[in-house]
Amino acid sequence: MIGEIDPTIINLTVFVLAVFVGYHVVWNVTPALHTPLMSVTNAISGIILVGAMLAAGPAETDWGVWLGAAAVTLAAINVFGGFLVTQRMLEMFRKKDKKGS
Amino acid sequence: MSANTVALAYLIASVFFILALKGLSSPLSARRGNLFGIVGMVIAVITTLTITKNWALIIVCIALGGTIGAVVARRVQMTAMPELVAFMHSLVGLAAVFIAIAAVNNPVSFGLPETLPMGSKLELFLGTFIGAMTWSGSVIAFLKLSGRMSGAPITFGGQHMVNLIMAIVMIGFGLWFFFSPTTNWTAFAIMTVIAFVLGFLIIIPIGGADMPVVISMLNSYSGWAAAGIGFSLGNPMLIIAGSLVGSSGAILSYIMCKAMNRPFLSVILGGFGSEGGAVATGDGTQKTYRSGSADDAAFIMGNADSVIIVPGYGLAVARAQHAVKELAEMLHEKGVNVRFAIHPVAGRMPGHMNVLLAEAEIPYEQVLEMDEINSDFSNTDVVLVLGANDVVNPAANVPGSPIYGMPILDAHKARTVMVVKRSMAAGYAGLDNDLFYMDKTMMIFGDAKKVVEEMVKAI
Repeated sequence: MIGEIDPTIINLTVFVLAVFVGYHVVWNVTPALHTPLMSVTNAISGIILVGAMLAAGPAETDWGVWLGAAAVTLAAINVFGGFLVTQRMLEMFRKKDKKGS
Repeated sequence: MSANTVALAYLIASVFFILALKGLSSPLSARRGNLFGIVGMVIAVITTLTITKNWALIIVCIALGGTIGAVVARRVQMTAMPELVAFMHSLVGLAAVFIAIAAVNNPVSFGLPETLPMGSKLELFLGTFIGAMTWSGSVIAFLKLSGRMSGAPITFGGQHMVNLIMAIVMIGFGLWFFFSPTTNWTAFAIMTVIAFVLGFLIIIPIGGADMPVVISMLNSYSGWAAAGIGFSLGNPMLIIAGSLVGSSGAILSYIMCKAMNRPFLSVILGGFGSEGGAVATGDGTQKTYRSGSADDAAFIMGNADSVIIVPGYGLAVARAQHAVKELAEMLHEKGVNVRFAIHPVAGRMPGHMNVLLAEAEIPYEQVLEMDEINSDFSNTDVVLVLGANDVVNPAANVPGSPIYGMPILDAHKARTVMVVKRSMAAGYAGLDNDLFYMDKTMMIFGDAKKVVEEMVKAI
């Protein structure tokens, strides 16, 4: 290799490949589960929680830390709310005669 | 933990997120998929905890947010899912903006150089404006969906020109921020405010009928916002997770547009779906229709071999899902083959009707998508249309009709059609429906829930 690769280029590589993966995985989702798909992607976009934790992380406390703390709270609502509501919905998708009646 | 260990843990979490979406390819594997998502998130959060300080603050905030999220998830009504999803998109958007501001304030805590390099500035600019637009757009979507704001489109002269000028001005301030040698807060702040306003302006002209597209689009935005923050922080996991969500939302928007036969651009430009409601006058001739009672309908269905039920959102509004389930069970016991046909835009968001039927404990094998069932209508005895209109309007097959080309459920091909409706009013598209005037069609007027309950009694 000639010289060092800019980290942005590496990020771009990851991004393009991830979009391809997402495209192919999502087309395989059955239409009946599109609402759970939306709520679970909601939870997954709560991954921004990781960025929020870094913002709330520095030892010296200034207003940026509080902003980070607010972001942690918002993202946590998404993560918990998203996964739990998805779980609740998926519980409803049962085959018939599951109950022993 | 060393930077390498952290990166590897993030990679594992990313793989779990992909598996989570993959699980949704079938209802059988879906619950396991959701579990994979949770595992991925736990790995990501614990790993991040090892590289931050302020543990107490972070854990308290997670507990607080987690409690709110858990309570909301447990209490929300399934009919209110679109609102909940819009609400959650708005949170991601706002969190992205907060993180970007914190990163501009203190780049070192994110592992960025003291003076932000140009690349990082560009990425922060992208993350902020996508986040801000996601927030304000989702707030409007939430207000419209929950009925706190009228679903009618809000339009004014020169709207698109105003939006365009604001977008250009916003990019201008972004460039100023980008080229300033030091941290230029003025440019950053003005740009952020414009992005917020733009989010409002872009969503207000979009009418209630187009909300399934809007909500999918905002789903996509919230993903891109997370990916944008991933770029700023040089975090591949955020980029991967954000891109998965972004492409998922984009695909859903595409599917919804296709199901309504509306070009994406015209949905975004808005102005469609004003609450007309009156029967279109058409050629002015009075057309005749046949109406019947719930008892007649129950008798015919009880003697049929096959029945397809076409539910629309009107069914959910009338809270008739459980009554319908009973009807389906009783017909099933009489040996009638009962199935449900779902149009992609039957609910208010992608897949909404499937969830509403699943909630009423209707087995998912009886619930079929448009493509799976459309060829079966022609050899079906009875089609029962409940609270649906435009999605069974044969005008979609007539060139020149405003909905020409929209894929519909071929209810008109069945031997007998029964339509339960409150009145002869037109649907969202404001069109008269020829299906209602066919010789083989029987109209049953009344509230969907009451009518279906009467049918159950009569069988």
